[in-house]
Amino acid sequence: MIQIELNGEPYSLDAPAAVSSLLSELKLKPGRVAVEINRMVIAKAEYERTIINQGDHVEVINFVGCG
Amino acid sequence: MHNDKFELGGRAFRSRLIVGTGKYRDFNETRQAVEASGAEIVTVAVRRVNITERNRENLLDYLDPQHYMILPNTAGCYTAEEAIRTARLARETGVSDFVKLEVIGDQQTLFPDIPATIEAARVLVKEGFKVMPYITDDPVTCLRLAEMGCVAVMPLAAPIGSGLGIRNPYNLRIILEQARVPVVVDAGVGTASDAAQAMELGCDAVLMNTAIAGAREPIAMAHAMRMAVEAGRLAYLAGRIERKLYATASSPLSGLIE
Repeated sequence: MIQIELNGEPYSLDAPAAVSSLLSELKLKPGRVAVEINRMVIAKAEYERTIINQGDHVEVINFVGCG
Repeated sequence: MHNDKFELGGRAFRSRLIVGTGKYRDFNETRQAVEASGAEIVTVAVRRVNITERNRENLLDYLDPQHYMILPNTAGCYTAEEAIRTARLARETGVSDFVKLEVIGDQQTLFPDIPATIEAARVLVKEGFKVMPYITDDPVTCLRLAEMGCVAVMPLAAPIGSGLGIRNPYNLRIILEQARVPVVVDAGVGTASDAAQAMELGCDAVLMNTAIAGAREPIAMAHAMRMAVEAGRLAYLAGRIERKLYATASSPLSGLIE
């Protein structure tokens, strides 16, 4: 088990995981979100290759209504 | 006049009304109001995905990015750094390179922080963003932002959500005279005549949210705004008559019965 911070809250993963597996675990379509790890934006093409490790701060954003 | 197109950052649009997507009852109402407005550009905000809520719906499932130009904004940012970070994340969703840059300077008035907006605009333009800054109706600031490479300037008509209408048409006229990029009135519109007035002044487009979403009948108001923007634009192109103090008869003076 590893502990990360996901959108400001503690979150556990079974093991270090690719961004793409986190998104599928969360049932999120990659085309609808963007991901940041430790304040670095991750390019969509890198979702398979980028691994989330112990202690990483991960942000997953989407679009909401606004003015 | 049939070929009157609104050109923005290398793209052409028929509609000159840009609408926000906030404050609606649900996504269905959002979609219906956007459809009634005829808008082709809609603004959205960047927020954390709610991790605990499963089966969540996504706004983009209701507003197809193939059909609408999705314009992410940096609403809620109070520093240049936060706005830059938000814009970078927004671009990575893949919807567009456009960003409505909003750096707020004061919580009560929601007026923009001008130095921070300029600072963020400089960085984002350099990174290839098509920047549309929300800004005070100050001609010099608008000039600087345009010179810097912003694809439009978006002076406010009145504070966000205030519905006070166009508080300083004279400043807007100066901004329009000097403009080398499209001028979009952003914020402050209360009702249809405000939108028409902005267009009659010669603004290229109007951006609004609360005036539609906050109306008793948002979908009817969206339709009203669509017509107001079209009427105002047409009146601007047609050229209004001069204002005169005294009457000028409309009927011929010759051939009167005696």
